[in-house]
Amino acid sequence: MTFDFLLPTLTLMLGYIANYGYTDGSGDYYITIDGNNCDGCAKCVAACPENIIEVILNDYDELVAEVRSDAVKNLKYICAPCKPVSSPRELKCQMACPKGAITHSW
Amino acid sequence: MSPEYFRWEESNWHSDDKDWRKAKMITAGIDVGSVSSQAVIMVDGELFAYGNMRTGSDSPDSARKAMQGALEGTDMKREDIQFTVGTGYGRVNVPFADRLITEIACHARGANFLYGPTVKTVLDMGGQDCKVIRCNEKGKVTEFLMNDKCAAGTGRGMEVMSELFAVHIGEIGSMSMDIIKEPLPVSSTCVVFAKSEAAGLMRSGWSKNDVLAAYCGAMAHRVSNLLKRVGVEEDFAITGGIAKNIGVVSRIEKEIGIKALTPDFDTQIAGALGGAIFAGDLLLKSRKAI
Repeated sequence: MTFDFLLPTLTLMLGYIANYGYTDGSGDYYITIDGNNCDGCAKCVAACPENIIEVILNDYDELVAEVRSDAVKNLKYICAPCKPVSSPRELKCQMACPKGAITHSW
Repeated sequence: MSPEYFRWEESNWHSDDKDWRKAKMITAGIDVGSVSSQAVIMVDGELFAYGNMRTGSDSPDSARKAMQGALEGTDMKREDIQFTVGTGYGRVNVPFADRLITEIACHARGANFLYGPTVKTVLDMGGQDCKVIRCNEKGKVTEFLMNDKCAAGTGRGMEVMSELFAVHIGEIGSMSMDIIKEPLPVSSTCVVFAKSEAAGLMRSGWSKNDVLAAYCGAMAHRVSNLLKRVGVEEDFAITGGIAKNIGVVSRIEKEIGIKALTPDFDTQIAGALGGAIFAGDLLLKSRKAI
């Protein structure tokens, strides 16, 4: 028995993976928010000390977390306090997310 | 006044054999980008007219100008359009938009319409940014990456080079292919530094074609890195102004090992076209709600 008839509804329910950030001469700086796991619970919004994440209604009317557009071009500097060189890094947004939808590329 | 080599041709087009007066649905998409503005009008889900203009210093004015370009030659008026979607960099400034949608969703939808539903990866090389979009067969975004911090790998960088070499922007692609041996790419990632590096290469005796090839190669390399980050699934399509530059397109193909679909239309309208398709969906939805 196949479940092909379910496919259209399933694809409609899936969100998208969003990479916010940039590549410059010094490397890649992207925060990836996986819309397939993100349900817009906003725990990361409260957890981020720099307040760069917000929950929005996207183009497909889904509730997802997004990196604020004015922060996107400065991620390397804004996220630096959570990534100390000498002690283990504790990414507060990542720890706050119950579904593990947030990853950093650097 | 000296000639402006960077100035690409503004264009507009409309279908003659279509009677829009009997149409049930007239929608428009307006894409106000950082360099160019496009307006696309769709009648009953088919492309009816488009205008492709340069963005001026005033975004609302650019949106109006693009719309006028699309309407030119037809007897349609702006009031006849039932739903308008604004998109692109300057979308918040489109005065007559009924809804705003990000250019990422619009480009995926537009490429899906233009190149067909087999398109899974879209690379949009715009005026001031570069986007890699993965989408499904319905044109819905499944993953995206946008780099708008840096002008390397964008149309603006190409305009800077065309001015430096006094070569018309439309000829850069073919000139960069007319070489004996592929040169090493320009090493600077920044456009400002790349410009001085290119000037230096010229002084050291390189031919114009070689330097242009080196710059196109550098641009292709930068964009390929973005593509590799997201992953490329066939079919692969390129939209935006740089898609018209054979020098960059063929070097990207070489670098990722995948051929891009060849367009038979103006690649710059993809975003606005996607907006017009979204407008159709939204219009249907609003009619059902009543």
